[in-house]
Amino acid sequence: MNLRRDVFQAIADPTRRTILLLVATQSLTAGAIASNFDTARPTVSKHLQILTECELLEQEQNGREIYYHINATRMKEVADFLEPFRQLWDDRFNKLESIMKNYKPKK
Amino acid sequence: MEQKTKLRAEDGKQEYTITRDFDLPVDLLFKAFTESDLLEQWMGTKVLKLESKKHGSYELETKDPQGKVMFRANGTIHELIPDRKIIRTFEMENAPVGVQLEVYEFESVSDGTSKLWMHVIYESVEKRDQVMKFGLVQGINWAHNRLQDVLNNLKK
Repeated sequence: MNLRRDVFQAIADPTRRTILLLVATQSLTAGAIASNFDTARPTVSKHLQILTECELLEQEQNGREIYYHINATRMKEVADFLEPFRQLWDDRFNKLESIMKNYKPKK
Repeated sequence: MEQKTKLRAEDGKQEYTITRDFDLPVDLLFKAFTESDLLEQWMGTKVLKLESKKHGSYELETKDPQGKVMFRANGTIHELIPDRKIIRTFEMENAPVGVQLEVYEFESVSDGTSKLWMHVIYESVEKRDQVMKFGLVQGINWAHNRLQDVLNNLKK
């Protein structure tokens, strides 16, 4: 699985971008995050799960509640244009490698 | 995990370098840059012209399914030493980023492995940054185009 590509898919979604904005300044519980949206709670949970899986959000247990906060290092990596550019060449070169591994010289 | 493709682009410089290790003998790696049908496959763009020799030139073009030109680029090859080195210019047409100078060095590591060292120099720091940002968008667009092609073929 390509974790990095998933990060860009994750931030392409408007709801998930809003969630990232909400937790950018403070840690929030799933309930507090969900209260900002009209969508059903399970839908918000699904978004939180995706953001956590690609490490944009981190969970923190505080008593009985789970708080979500932003993974600043990961966010910086994504905001930075260098990593996507590297990824672009990495994809191209991976392709080159697989094409040439199957290459049969023409007669 | 060690990254196979490494990018070095310092702040305030008008260049970047990319190094990449390949599980390919150096002659096969070199061939992927000099034969148009192979270049087309991994670059995801059509090769209209490719004269792989010193003083040769090349032209690349990508059209969308409706035939509209999405991307055009051209350049001149200044040096071409088989399995060792290519020096060429690259210019994206209708994009205000000027001409870039590209130096590719190919190195054999073992029978089945090789290394590529790519050095790209721009007219200014701003132009380098623009290309790196635009390159991302372009990559995504191309991926979308390919996806669209696959979907169109499924519908037929």
